[in-house]
Formats: sequence, structure tokens, C-alpha cells
Amino acid sequence: MTATTTAPAAERPAEGKKGALSARARSERKLGWMLCAPAVAVMLLVTAYPIGYAIWLSTQRYDLRFPEDRGFVGADNYTAVLGNSLWWRDLANTAVIMIISVAIELVLGFALAFVMHRAIFGRGMVRSAILVPYGIITVVAAFAWRFAFDPTTGFVNGLANTEQSWFTESWSSYFVIILAEVWKTTPFMSLLLLAGFTLVPQDVVNAARVDGASTVYRLRKVIIPLMKPAILVAVLFRTMDAFRIFDSVFVMTRGAQGTENVSILGYKTLVSRLNLGLGSAVSVLIFVCVIIIAFVFVKGFGANLSQQRGEAP
Amino acid sequence: MAFVLGAALAVTATACGGGDEGGTPVLQWYARDEAGGVFGAAIEDCNEAAEGRYEIELQALPTNADEQREQLVRRLAAGDSDIDLMNMDIIWTAEFANAEWILPWPEDQVEAATEGRLDIAVESATFEDAVYGIPLNTNAQLLWYRTDLTEEPPATWDEMIEAADQLEADGKPHEIWEQGQRYEGLVVWFASLLASAGGTILNEDGTEVTLEEEPTRRALEVLRDVSASSHAPPALATAQEDQGRQGWVDGDAAFLVNYGFVWPSTNEQAPDLVEKMSWAPFPSVDPDVESTVVAGGFNIGIGAYGDHPDLAVEAATCLANEQNQTRNAQDAGLLPVTEALYDDTEVTEAENEAGVKLFPYAAEMKTALDRATLRPRTPFYNDVSLAIISILHPTVDIDPEADVDRLRDAIEQALKGEGLL
Repeated sequence: MTATTTAPAAERPAEGKKGALSARARSERKLGWMLCAPAVAVMLLVTAYPIGYAIWLSTQRYDLRFPEDRGFVGADNYTAVLGNSLWWRDLANTAVIMIISVAIELVLGFALAFVMHRAIFGRGMVRSAILVPYGIITVVAAFAWRFAFDPTTGFVNGLANTEQSWFTESWSSYFVIILAEVWKTTPFMSLLLLAGFTLVPQDVVNAARVDGASTVYRLRKVIIPLMKPAILVAVLFRTMDAFRIFDSVFVMTRGAQGTENVSILGYKTLVSRLNLGLGSAVSVLIFVCVIIIAFVFVKGFGANLSQQRGEAP
Repeated sequence: MAFVLGAALAVTATACGGGDEGGTPVLQWYARDEAGGVFGAAIEDCNEAAEGRYEIELQALPTNADEQREQLVRRLAAGDSDIDLMNMDIIWTAEFANAEWILPWPEDQVEAATEGRLDIAVESATFEDAVYGIPLNTNAQLLWYRTDLTEEPPATWDEMIEAADQLEADGKPHEIWEQGQRYEGLVVWFASLLASAGGTILNEDGTEVTLEEEPTRRALEVLRDVSASSHAPPALATAQEDQGRQGWVDGDAAFLVNYGFVWPSTNEQAPDLVEKMSWAPFPSVDPDVESTVVAGGFNIGIGAYGDHPDLAVEAATCLANEQNQTRNAQDAGLLPVTEALYDDTEVTEAENEAGVKLFPYAAEMKTALDRATLRPRTPFYNDVSLAIISILHPTVDIDPEADVDRLRDAIEQALKGEGLL
């Protein structure tokens, strides 16, 4: 990365007198490429190839149970998926989980980041305590939540004095899934926002305070605008993650009670039905959705990934 | 990088698959380790009887049947030579045989695999006139009821609901437990109701949807009526067999439709319920026609990619012999498939460590198995099952008129292997 960004800078002064310096620039660029070549090769191997393979599979009739019955079907798999109301219903279910959980996480994460930023006593303790849920394996956390809410073995009904079977109705299933998701990933959100807080120069905040700006006013007009890049990146990351949610739903309801999302649909088609063609079409469409989300954030809201890394815009 | 990784994988692969260079061939048996590790004893006996010609090793599969299938098909589709023997739920036979993941039994061994075994069990291992496995154990559902609440067991589902209405009015326990979760158990419930109403899901060859109008509507009505009644437990939509057992042991239930494992469990957890607990056939749909349930159970199949298919057949025949069936019945409550064992006091009088008789219901079970039928036998069974579940769950929302056609459309699509389910 460093090599590629410095190379053009070194080239510019060389334009006056060509020859020695330009050769140096060339060799530096070459070095840059050589340095990043291993990374590029690995990336191609582990991401580009599987993605390409999935796209190829999605154009085939390819069912592992019927090895003889294979062949090119063009866009048939895509029309089958997009023409089925199940895909659109699952997409809507995914959107519900995504929007609600990211919205709650943003507010909570902001508050937690503020606490972490301002904690004077036991700063290390506060920060590690907040990060604990994020350190727990998602499947384990999902099981813990499932058992907690189970009417026979769980303690939630006892504590809340209810007799609710949480996973038998749609709203309560969503409630537990979203709760688990928020509990699990708010720390990630707050960590990214904490980085954003450190971007806000203390002088500016102090100056606003001297000018008589209230706390709310300082937050709205000074801190949040300065943190905007960090907020956008945090929301972008979480939105893409939440769109692909799989483990919590799989463990808690296996997609029952109208909680089936697009990842569960893909799993069912690929792993359970072994229909690689149709399942790959679902996977590719999920991939396209994620790209659209990223595109909307980067182009529409101007999320800037390099700014987050602290590089000059 | 890629080469290093590939080489490392190759090394691990040989390390796993090896173990029989020169020495005794090792046969891997993929099976769920039943309660009490009962298969371990069978393996020991068979290994001893083999006198060094082969050695069976157990590879444990998950407890959940869906997860067992997922693990097996992933390996089989990749041509894994590690699977010599596997326990197959009887609904997988057509799928596995059609994909050529399992081997047909050699002609001269078929008799040993089928002789004296229940017709329904042999039929479950048969696909396109070839035998693809040796039956190991079977199962079917009975109606469990309480003699302190109902003296005579209800003969039909409608009678059962009426009896529960009366119990509710009297302020007594009145719940009816079934399996309403979105999984295979719901297919079992529906398929048994449909068979009892005189209908079928697919034709004999498993190629066309039948779903005769009148029986299908009746079956859907029963599903809906039970689920929508005040006797359906609140958790019916997520209930599997074990939730039903739990509800029964807790004492809130008047009726329970479930497998035989609820008997020893009730003896252990609710001894005061036992003397009031009795059993009867699965309730009928039509008062004049006896009920027909769908059978369950497991067969042992031979992996098509294993290195020692002949030895595997021999080992499977040993693992499923009468002696091991009797032990499986005594130690793990697995119902035998050899007909004669239903008259053998070693099984019918079997007791567990606590001195509880394990199969007092053996005669009733045998009658049910003699009348039993199978779920559809098609390579697309998994898709058919998913289609049924997706239309019928939750059972409380079934619309018997409209759902007959929806069900037919969904299963027709599933039989083509197309579309999302």
C-alpha cells in the first residue's frame, strides 16, 4: 500500500529531467508491485476464484444428487429465484433484522464509545468489560440466548414473570434474535466510534464550550459532523454484517416463524438440498445486495474508507 | 503458498484414510452413538467374531437426523472413501441409492439381510427392486393416554378433541401433544393422518403427486382442528418429540402421540403417572377405518467409495443380527426389525437397570407396524419434505380448502428439483 501511494509522488519531480530519476521511479513501482504480488495472489486464490466459481455454478443445472443431469441453463436459476415470492419475503425479513439492529447498535454504540472515551477511572476495565460480548463465538452466544429464552429450561420467563414461548411467534422470535445481535455486536460498533471520537480535536470542543455552546449543541454541531466519516464506516460495516446474519437465526429458529433470511435460504438450497446451481444463484444475489449496500454508502453518503485509517483525504 | 497448502492437505488426508496398510482392514461405521454406547458392545462382538478379517470403528454422527444427513451427503457427494458403513434413516434410501452413494446388496447376501425381518423394514431398504441396506431398527407412533382421565382411548381424532373438551370443562388436564415444529416430525404427523384417511402423497413409483382431494382435505382439517383447539399446547409450533415427552411428564397432557421412548422416560421422571399411563393405536381419521402410521427407523448402508465393500456387507450383517438387535432393544430401547423378536421374552420382558419393563407395548407396536406404510420413496424426498413443511407450518393457520392445491403445487415443483423451497 505504502509503495503504491508514494510511487506517484516520487514520479512528479522527475518529470523535469528524465532519465536516472524516472528509472528509479520505474523500479520503485516495480518493487511496489512485487511487494504486493503475494497478497494479490492470495486474494485471487481465496476470493476471486470462489466468487468466479460460484458465478459459473449459478449458470448451471447442477445438483449433487443427480450427477448425470447437468448442463448450462443460462439465467434460469436467477429467474427461478427472483420469480419466487420466497426470495422477496426472505429479503424483507433480512432487511427488518438489519435495519432495526443497526439502528439500536448505533445509538447504544455511540453511548458506549462516549463512556469509553471519557472514562477516567478504570479505563482499561471499562473498555474490556464492554468488549466481552464481542469476544464470544456467535454460535455459542446464540445457544446461550436460545436456552435463556426457552420456556422449559430458560430463566427469562422466571425473571420477567411471563409464560411466553419466545420462539413460537414471529414478533418474539425477532425480538430475541435482534436482542442477541445487538448484544453481540454493539461493542464492535462502539470500538469503531471510539476511533471516531479520537479524531475530534479537544481544542475545537473546548473552543465551542468557551463560546457558550451547550452539551447537546456541541454534540450536534461539532462532534458528530467531525465524526461523520467514522460513523458512516461503522454503520456500513455493521449493515453489511447484519445483512449476512446466519448463525443466530439458524441456532434459534432455523428460519421458522417467518424469520428465514436470505442466508438461511442459501444454506437450505446448497447444503440441505445439494442444489449447487440454484444455491449459487442465491449466494451471488446476496453478494450483489452487499455490493449495492456498500455502493449506496460510499457514493450516496460519501463514506470514505481511507479517512477512517487516518490518511489525509 | 497454494502448493504448500495442497501438500499439507494431502498429508492429512492420507493420515486419516490410512490405518490398514498390511494389517487388519478398518471399517468406519458412521452412526449416531445411541444412548448407553450400545453400539460399542455390538462392535466389540462383531470384531471378535471376525477373527481379524476386519475391525469396525464407530464414527459418531450428531443426534439430530437432519444434521446426520447433512454430514453424510457432504462426504458422499465428494466421494469420501472413509465411509464404509453408515446408519441411514429409512427416508434417505431412494436419494442415496439414486445418486449411487450406496451399494446394492450382493445377490447372495440379500436373503441374510431380509429373511424374517418385518416387511415394512425390508421395503424401506428397497429402491428399484434392489436392496440397499440391512434393517437395523424400526419405530412407529402410538397414542398415549391416562386411564384416570379417559377410561377408553379415543378411536378417532374427533373423539379425542371431544374428550379433551369434556376434560377442560371439568377442569382436568386436557392438552394434546403432537410434533408441530417446522421439521421432519411434522411430515410424519401429516403423512400418518393422510394414510389413515386413505390418501397417499406420491404414486407407487414416487414420480407423480397423488394427494387425493378428499383424504388430503380431511388430514388437513384434523391438523388444523387439533392445532387451533384450546387443547394444543402453546409451544406446539416449536414442539419436537422431546417437548411432547416433557409436556406429558409434567402432567398437563391428557393425550400424547409419540414414539415408545416416552414410556421409560415417564417411569423415570414421573413414577406416579405410570400406573395411569396406557397406550392405544394412533387415532383414526375415519371412524370405520383403522389408522395407518408411517414407520421410522434406521438401516445400515454400504458406502459406494469404501475400499472393502464385501467386508462391509459382512460387518453390517453382524451388526444387525438378532443378538445385537436384542441388545439394542434392551439397552437403548430401539425396536427390533426381526419379526420373531416380538414374541421373544428377551425383548418383550426386557427391563432397564431400574427394573422398568421396556416394551409392555410390543404387541400393539407390532400391530401398528404390520399396518404401517412408508413416507414417499423418491430421490427428491428431502425437497418433498421441505415443501410439505413450508406449506403446513404453522399448523394453526392451515386452510384445508385452499391448502390442498398449494400443497400439490409445492410438491410438484419439489419433484422437479426446481425452485426455492
